[in-house]
Amino acid sequence: MKYYSYFPGCSAESTASPLGISTPPTAKALDMDLIELDDWNCCGSTPYGSVNKLEAISMALRNLALAEKTGLDLVTSCSNCYVILYEANAHFKESVALREQVNEALAAGNLTYQGGVRVRHLAEVLYNDIGPEAIKAKVSKSLDGLKVASYYGCQLVRPNVEFDDPESPHSLDDLVTSLGAEAISWPLKSRCCGSSLIMSEQDVALGLVSKLLSSAQGNGAQCIITPCPLCQINLDAYQSKVNGKFKTNYDLPVLFPTQLIGIALGISPAELGLNRNIVSPMKVLAPYL
Amino acid sequence: MSSTMVKASTVAAVSFVDEVRSIPGGESIYSCIQCGVCTGSCPTASRWDHPPRQAIAMVRAGLREELLSSNSMWFCASCYTCTVRCPRAIKPADIMHVLEVLAIKDGLSTKRSKTPVMYKTFVDSAKSNGRVYEVGMMLKLFLKTNPFAALKMAPVGLSLLLHKRLPLRPSRIKAREQLKAILDKAGALGGAK
Repeated sequence: MKYYSYFPGCSAESTASPLGISTPPTAKALDMDLIELDDWNCCGSTPYGSVNKLEAISMALRNLALAEKTGLDLVTSCSNCYVILYEANAHFKESVALREQVNEALAAGNLTYQGGVRVRHLAEVLYNDIGPEAIKAKVSKSLDGLKVASYYGCQLVRPNVEFDDPESPHSLDDLVTSLGAEAISWPLKSRCCGSSLIMSEQDVALGLVSKLLSSAQGNGAQCIITPCPLCQINLDAYQSKVNGKFKTNYDLPVLFPTQLIGIALGISPAELGLNRNIVSPMKVLAPYL
Repeated sequence: MSSTMVKASTVAAVSFVDEVRSIPGGESIYSCIQCGVCTGSCPTASRWDHPPRQAIAMVRAGLREELLSSNSMWFCASCYTCTVRCPRAIKPADIMHVLEVLAIKDGLSTKRSKTPVMYKTFVDSAKSNGRVYEVGMMLKLFLKTNPFAALKMAPVGLSLLLHKRLPLRPSRIKAREQLKAILDKAGALGGAK
């Protein structure tokens, strides 16, 4: 058993609940113990860092101050939380002045942070700590014949480029292949979906989502997987809006990697929250359930 | 053009670029060689009043109010393609976030984009609950910007609700007082240096 401090992030409790639901059972089946960080708070996300930097970094680092007490790596399943927590940690370590300011702020809440937490993305942990070979060995229902587009989104592979290639990543494709499925080749696998601009500049974001769906389907995908809550919502919940705006008829299920892996490991659809995906994946997945 | 050149040589020009450099993410702006890889890589650049390369040039030219009141940086979706491609490692996306901070601080953020209001609404929600309550946030956003847009969004909201992805009550942390004390202190310290 491998132990981690677990940071679900706000969307895993709400708009990305299929991620929040499918992560614990899939992790458990892979001998990972994700211990939820007690009373974690919102990472601040991109908006806070665009309103007030010191407040944003202090908000993010309250979580790392709590995680530091556990002595475990902090793993988040959300790509946006990952970048926010990772970058706040990096800024903290780089600047002596910032360290002093953040700890002055944290002290107001009787907390302190030394900079000792390693922030990690769940997809990176699945790939590096568990690995495609070990996952393959645990597959009870091979996804033989299923054509999957791995959509990395942005923030799993950028700006931190240590894990995978920022423009031509392969880690999720390797995980897909380990399940017996086929990872289709497509050129837009780490291009932007528009993220939260879907709320404020919807026409821009829908245009980007449309290109992604077109490329995935055009290259033969029967479904898409993405580790990012924002990407999943944009491609799944807004797929009907794309169809309306661009006169298309996409019916492309968009799953979280933990859902697809869970199916191959024999975990039930209910435990994986498959009924919460807006574009139903049940028809495409029927041969494997 | 001549007024631009005059502005560029004033003291204010120096302070805008130094202001940007003083905030985490803006440190390396002097290294920009104006190659344009950022603009060429940006998925939304066609919508910016001043696309990324130009925005960075304007910081260095001291065109503070013109840039901060534009819609430019509000179209940054934080995809970081510019950042990983930049040959001078100046982190253009982070610079855009710094410009957003300065625009909000000085009340210059444009009304032509709904992104500034969305960001502020998000932050209010995150601060008060310790977690973001997306339903409340979205309703407030629509009320503040365009209530009629809520009607167009109803089908998406309804399908999220029917798929149990829109909880009707906010999730709150226990230590809200502690978080408030931390954020109040951070706010009082006056911004990251």
